[in-house]
Amino acid sequence: MPNKVPITITVNGRSHSAEVEPRTLLVHFLRETLNLTGTKIGCDTSQCGACVVKMNGVTVKSCTAFAVQADGAEVTTIEGLADGGNLTAVQEAFWNNHGLQCGYCTAGMIMTVTEIIERNPNPSADEVRAGLEGNMCRCTGYNNIVRAALAAAAAGQGG
Amino acid sequence: MFAADFEYRKAGSIAEAVQLLSDNPGAKILAGGHSLIPLMRFRLARPEVVIDIGGIANLRGITVGGDTINIGALTTHSEIAASADVQRSNGLLAEASGGIGDPAVRNRGTIGGNLAHADPASDWATVLTALGATVSAQGPSGARTIAVSDLIEDAFATALAENELITTVSVPVLAANQRAEYAKMAHPASFYAVVGGAVVVTMDGNRCTAASVAVGGLTPRPVKAPSVEQALAGTTLTADSIGDATSRLGEDITAAGVDIIGDVYASAEFRAGVAPVEVKHALMHAIGLAHH
Repeated sequence: MPNKVPITITVNGRSHSAEVEPRTLLVHFLRETLNLTGTKIGCDTSQCGACVVKMNGVTVKSCTAFAVQADGAEVTTIEGLADGGNLTAVQEAFWNNHGLQCGYCTAGMIMTVTEIIERNPNPSADEVRAGLEGNMCRCTGYNNIVRAALAAAAAGQGG
Repeated sequence: MFAADFEYRKAGSIAEAVQLLSDNPGAKILAGGHSLIPLMRFRLARPEVVIDIGGIANLRGITVGGDTINIGALTTHSEIAASADVQRSNGLLAEASGGIGDPAVRNRGTIGGNLAHADPASDWATVLTALGATVSAQGPSGARTIAVSDLIEDAFATALAENELITTVSVPVLAANQRAEYAKMAHPASFYAVVGGAVVVTMDGNRCTAASVAVGGLTPRPVKAPSVEQALAGTTLTADSIGDATSRLGEDITAAGVDIIGDVYASAEFRAGVAPVEVKHALMHAIGLAHH
């Protein structure tokens, strides 16, 4: 008999109820149950940041949370940022500054940069780099990512 | 990598969590999950029952009363780093918590979970040992206080009974004439301490009247350094006197009777060489002769 637990998670403003195995990771729930595949799995060991989403107001690595821990939580993924076709200031800045190369790390980068600017609306380049410690770009495209973050902050909205 | 299947139980209160621990020998407590989940995914831990304490509100939060800062076990590293009360009453706690992992890890990882996991590379274990912190552990017959230096017994081994739960971490408020610092060589991906040194010095002008020194990362549990402490006490702190004192660190590690960890990332010999350097950096920062 399968061991399943009922959960309800609000993702990008919509409530989703499901029964999950306790060992289901939040990232698996988002990608495989809800088909929100913008969130990526990279290192799978909570180091690379490709899986960063927002949960109850703060960024978390969704490969290092069980879906059952998000029961009752509000989660925002990369799909939940733009309002229809209107990108957030951070998304717009990544586009304008070519803040990506292959794009695999981009969802996590944008979620993290959004939080950096929420916590500090006018960060220095060093503060952006420190804030991105847990997000890796294996194309090593960091300079344009930092430029994008600074441009988003200068735009004064931060997402 | 999937964890092995387990039974999930959510505890609504501290008492319920302790009861569930008593009823399910071998069960594991799930707090922020940043130690337990990786272990389970690598199948290094396969608990049959996992008890989620994440919803117990009174395990979270920071209060300062008199000479003590009380931090709920579920308080995250981010919350500690951002706390104005912590920054005001013990800056080392804020600094050390801001250096753990990365921002998203700090948003989930908890101080109680970090201590209960007892990873040799834990920053908290070393810092809280130097600060003389204690934990309150709740068991079926009540609560008891355990010094952090007694709590961590070996790599991934603590003095907690199987049915005890850390509820609070209590840390002294630093006095106006005390300075405390932590310096570490961090693993470049995980930011875990390869070697970390924590110091608390009590100063009378430039003269150190008392010192507390601990190192970690290179040993299975944090090691206090009484020889270094004695060499610092009563001494005017300069780069030379600090260097003399920290050169005794090896004696303290030998006296503690613990092996120095060597692995693919850093050999035991290398770590032993770096340890006095990190303690020296911490002391130099503490007296303003060096800056982060």
